[in-house]
Amino acid sequence: MRRLSGFIYFEKRLNTPRASVFIITVLSVFLSLVLGGVFLSVTGHDPIEIYSKMFSGVFGSSFGLSETLVRAIPLMILGLGISVAFRMQLWNIGAEGQIYMGAFAASWVPLTFPHLPTYIMLPAMITAAMLAGGLWALIPAIPRAYLGVNEIITTLMLNYVAILWVEYLVFGPWRDPQGFNFPLSAPFPEAARLGSLGGSRVHGGILFALVIAVIIYIIINRTRWGYEIKVIGESEAAARYAGMDIRRNILLVMLLSGAICGLAGMSEVSGISGRLQHGVSPGYGYTAIIVAWLAKLNPFVIIVAAILFGGLQVGGYMVQSSGISAAVATMLQGAILFFVLGGEVFNRYRIRLGRREAP
Amino acid sequence: MGESIKVKLVEMRGITKRFPGVLANDSVDFSVEPGEIHALLGENGSGKSTLMSILAGQYRPDGGVMLVKGKEISFRSPRDAIKSGIGMVHQHFKLVDNFTVTENIILGDDRTPFFCRLDSLSAKISRLGEEYGLTVDPGARIDQLSVGEKQRVEILKMLYRGSDLLVMDEPTAVLTPQESEELFANLKKFAAAGRSVVLITHKLNEVLSAADRVTVLRGGRTAAVLGREEITESKLARLMVGRDIDPVKNDSKDFAGETVLELQGVGAMKDVGRQGLRNITFSVKRGQIFGIAGVAGNGQKELAEAVTGLRWVHSGRIRINDKDITNLSPRVIADLGVSFVPEDRLGMGLVPGLGIVDNLILKRYRKAPVAGRYLIDYKKAGQEAERLVKEFDVKVADFRSPVSLLSGGNLQRLLLAREISENPSLIVVVYPVRGLDVGATEAVHSILLELRRKGTAILLVSEDLEEIIKLCDRVGVMYEGEIAGILPGGDIRPEEIGLLMMGSGISREGA
Repeated sequence: MRRLSGFIYFEKRLNTPRASVFIITVLSVFLSLVLGGVFLSVTGHDPIEIYSKMFSGVFGSSFGLSETLVRAIPLMILGLGISVAFRMQLWNIGAEGQIYMGAFAASWVPLTFPHLPTYIMLPAMITAAMLAGGLWALIPAIPRAYLGVNEIITTLMLNYVAILWVEYLVFGPWRDPQGFNFPLSAPFPEAARLGSLGGSRVHGGILFALVIAVIIYIIINRTRWGYEIKVIGESEAAARYAGMDIRRNILLVMLLSGAICGLAGMSEVSGISGRLQHGVSPGYGYTAIIVAWLAKLNPFVIIVAAILFGGLQVGGYMVQSSGISAAVATMLQGAILFFVLGGEVFNRYRIRLGRREAP
Repeated sequence: MGESIKVKLVEMRGITKRFPGVLANDSVDFSVEPGEIHALLGENGSGKSTLMSILAGQYRPDGGVMLVKGKEISFRSPRDAIKSGIGMVHQHFKLVDNFTVTENIILGDDRTPFFCRLDSLSAKISRLGEEYGLTVDPGARIDQLSVGEKQRVEILKMLYRGSDLLVMDEPTAVLTPQESEELFANLKKFAAAGRSVVLITHKLNEVLSAADRVTVLRGGRTAAVLGREEITESKLARLMVGRDIDPVKNDSKDFAGETVLELQGVGAMKDVGRQGLRNITFSVKRGQIFGIAGVAGNGQKELAEAVTGLRWVHSGRIRINDKDITNLSPRVIADLGVSFVPEDRLGMGLVPGLGIVDNLILKRYRKAPVAGRYLIDYKKAGQEAERLVKEFDVKVADFRSPVSLLSGGNLQRLLLAREISENPSLIVVVYPVRGLDVGATEAVHSILLELRRKGTAILLVSEDLEEIIKLCDRVGVMYEGEIAGILPGGDIRPEEIGLLMMGSGISREGA
């Protein structure tokens, strides 16, 4: 009997050990770095040198670290917002639009009532931003709840509406007359600024992220509402069987998801730019989807994953001086998602090396 | 020794297959001669599906040898098995609904050229169908066909690919008695033409009427291989179960009290907008098991959903304990004391990805003592879960790991535990023992009979006549969304139900 070895086949796993989930995630990140390395060496760069430059750029200086956190903050908040909807299998791709609407509403407060004291100004901005983000997410949630309209497409399309709305404002009615024709609003008064930590650009938005992570954890794991979200996400049939109101939950969950994402808009304009401007978010809303997914929707892991992705972006800028486009970071993000999704196969299937007997 | 000279079509020797925690096949021997109908008989969980999945190339065995026409082979995929002439017809058809018959048959076939002329292939399929009496219009779309016709398409698909051996997985489960008879006549034709058939079944009468030989599996091992002349019903039953069966039975003492559930002229639609229920009228009393018999898909699912509030009722009234519950929400109906064990245990009755505790609070997560105003007390929920699991003898390793890892019998116990712990005045139970082994079946049956003694009204939907006859005080037979007749329990003959299942016969209600 001749035997040919080295033949691979897949076998379905009955359950996935936690350790393998972890290993596969780490391995996915590693493999995407390898892939990026191949790309770098093909284009004539030394990948080791570039990666170490990125690493030391990000973690080697307080500037790199604080910039990483600055970028991680919106990713954290948006990732958390997205995770709430994803938990119920509502694919909210509209975080990008919700952050813009949040930024818009938050800016409206100081631009309209510039003389409010801080203790009214900031809460009002927070409320306005959350309301705007939540309502913006509610728009696609209503047709989804009542007519079953696919929310992936509607949330995505509303992003462009929101972005263009802010563009319109900063190029038009809200443009700062003293702004030399730049697409910026007038600067906010000091009372509308979130304080920063120790002279760095890291601002109070990070506290929002941490508080929200704890709240989401409690909602999902301790409350009746969280229980309903879990059941609906796992099986709509079971939820209906148990008498849960699925429509109401679609509306509520999208409202909450959008409200959290809207808050990210407030923390950006209040913590970073101090005015509403063109390009509030360079695609944070999409990167946050990767963050949420990579973290398997666990709120605390989202915080960590957001820092990783913030670092990646900063690293991308750090290597620009070596003649590499900052888009390398974007490519690495894409590669990470690609490998993580690909790695899902290994969570669900066991790879076996089989022996095939020759016919 | 005369037999060994003849080359067997298929021979499996010492097949062993292990799944985590289960030895599904333990050194099983199985062979098929050319031109025979070979029944593979066994209870659920006896390993017959695993064995045939190995033969059809879906699983690889952990041990053992397979020979096809005397040559040792090893399948990497179902495609390899098909190439060797082994075709499997699954219980759940693998057809693309919005493709035509021809398109489905040539789909995935290696010989289909990149550009192909569908009409010439259709003609070929028509000829093949006529040859074996499997008439079906090659141009018809699958979703226009009846269940029996779909099955013919599946068989044709295998014949088109030149299968010498058809493996039929419980083919009659979805057929009316008439359609079954037609199927067996066709299968006999193949056998006469020198092809072979393996009939996977747990129904003794099918073995008696169709099989040339039978292999009985029990607990993953070969219990016996019998020739046609050796087959008797009692022998098969004993071999299959491994002991003389002494099943629990309705003691036919009358516990019936006042009326709990009453339906009057109830009508409802199916999912796809066709009439699902028509003018349904019957009632169930305290301490009574009311059986709903019929071929699956004749409105049983719709009936159960109408009663539990999951389906919109467009005409008629439904009352529970004299309260009109027509079109009230499932939550309100459940709170009025209606429990429901649905057909789809994992996915509707239980949430596959959640653990035991989360599943046991599915109906009480908003009631004290488990729930407060907003929070769930998981400590109390855990204690309650532990009590129920012990009381209903659910075998669990870990309360947190997803229930999708539990066996069928344990799932059903878990589901029954939750539904019964609500102290229902009515429990609707749909196909409660489908997929369960003998032990689990008996356990479920004795739970139902115990409930009956305690005065619960029970609406039992079943496709298994034996179960119906064994348990029910009254039986309604459903056909095309109507109650074709209601029979009093005790003296029911299967033939009588069989006639009603096909839509003939008259009601004996009130007789």
